[in-house]
Amino acid sequence: METMIDIFGLYFATFLLILGESLLVIIPIFVALAFLMYADRKIWAAVQLRKGPNVVGVFGLLQSFADFIKYIVKEVLVPSGADKVLFFLAPMITFIFAVVAWVVVPFDDGWVVSDLNVGVLYIFAIGSLEVYGVIIGGWASNSKYAFLGALRSAAQMISYEVSIGFIIVGVLLSTGSLNFSDIVRAQDGSWGALSWYWLPHLPMVALFFISALAETNRPPFDLPEAEAELVAGYQVEYSSTPFLLYMIGELMAVVLMTALITILFFGGWLSPVSWLPDGIWWMALKMGAWFFMFAMVKALVPRYRYDQLMRLGWKVFLPLSLAWVVFVAAAVQFEWFGGAYVRWATGG
Amino acid sequence: MVIAALAFYLFAGVAVASALMVTLSRNPVHSVLWLILTFFSAAGLFVIMGAEFVAMLLVIVYVGAVMVLFLFVVMMMDVDFAELKSGMTKYIRIGTLLGIVLLVELVTAIGIWAFPEGALDMRQAVTPAPGDVENTVAIGQLLYTKYVYLFQTAGLILLVAMIGAIVLTMRHRKDVKRQNIIEQIYRDADTAIELKDLESGQGL
Repeated sequence: METMIDIFGLYFATFLLILGESLLVIIPIFVALAFLMYADRKIWAAVQLRKGPNVVGVFGLLQSFADFIKYIVKEVLVPSGADKVLFFLAPMITFIFAVVAWVVVPFDDGWVVSDLNVGVLYIFAIGSLEVYGVIIGGWASNSKYAFLGALRSAAQMISYEVSIGFIIVGVLLSTGSLNFSDIVRAQDGSWGALSWYWLPHLPMVALFFISALAETNRPPFDLPEAEAELVAGYQVEYSSTPFLLYMIGELMAVVLMTALITILFFGGWLSPVSWLPDGIWWMALKMGAWFFMFAMVKALVPRYRYDQLMRLGWKVFLPLSLAWVVFVAAAVQFEWFGGAYVRWATGG
Repeated sequence: MVIAALAFYLFAGVAVASALMVTLSRNPVHSVLWLILTFFSAAGLFVIMGAEFVAMLLVIVYVGAVMVLFLFVVMMMDVDFAELKSGMTKYIRIGTLLGIVLLVELVTAIGIWAFPEGALDMRQAVTPAPGDVENTVAIGQLLYTKYVYLFQTAGLILLVAMIGAIVLTMRHRKDVKRQNIIEQIYRDADTAIELKDLESGQGL
């Protein structure tokens, strides 16, 4: 009997530990998200010579929190003829999968909730599930615009997942591991920032960034919610908290993509120069820089046409990334460029 | 072990229950969603067995790609649910009969299931010892050394099937205007805009 209690005590302690770790990741991300949403709007406004949010709090810093309260106290509308269960399930799916993806992201050496040895595949699996929130939401709304938006979005996300997959395969070939921490450690070299993967994999950084824009439905690839033609796409019937869940889920996916770019190509928590210590601040700084890029693209680039988007995904990015996989495989096998592509044999 | 057993019964129970709901639910879209849940639970079972690579592939390939296309097709079908319900009684007898026959066949097959002598040893001989390598590495080592020809053959069969599907469905219609991206990009202000002086009362 006592051993039973011991065992359950142990399980309970483990459960509390996991819960604590998860909260430690999720809460800072949510707080960061509120300010990133503000930053997104502020950057966009600055490009267009507007002021942006500047009323709530100092410089409008608390705008996101005011919006949050506004969203949750508004009325929840359900269109007649909607599939009620699925209608509410869809935003939750988007939101939950956006959150659970973070468990395998290492913020510092060892600072990861679950150090899965198939972390890359896990992110990929979760990413491919996120599309269900969009499809189900569009279908359950029982609205033509929402359904068209959902169809577009599903096709778009699947198309760009393919090229993202091949780009990641290139990095995996260099590292010889599916673990995110290993990928970052493999980039640790005596050259500082120059030994990160962005240099050997330079063309793929651009491809990954553009694919990430498409994958997260960000402008210029925000066709699922193109307001000029589809009103707001799959989320047109959503209001109040369900809409908020969609919005947070989408923004979280964007931030996750910045984390992925940082880990895969820009050395995660590693310091760019040897005389500064490594640490989580580098990770945050790099993610912030990439988020700035996401925000700038939104402000600068006009929206793509849908057939051009599909052409870019299947006829340009897929062959390019496939060719790159072949090139990297050869570079790894024959140790071209002084073994710049083989990190699992030489060091990391 | 207690937690592992609990997790097993949770995933197995959800898998069986959602598989049942695939056939029971009236709405085909709901059926597909239940099927997705079934796959997901199966992936959970793989994780419990320590086969995390297979679990992730199951989610990526089946849930992430195949089922999305399934859902696409089913959502766009124009189904009359009332008619679907009315036909239920007509098919229930033959459906039950088919179900019983399938069940009997399954039970018979599993009942006389036997491994030939040395089959397990043969499998053991090529598999790397568990614990030595993680299972992603183990699968890779097996696929690309021992079974490389079979692996390549499977890949070629898939390629042929893919080409076949494309050839069967691709039609080039002559009367449709198509866009040539290169041509569009190479247009400049001189070729895109043409200024004409028109005499009043006359068309172009």
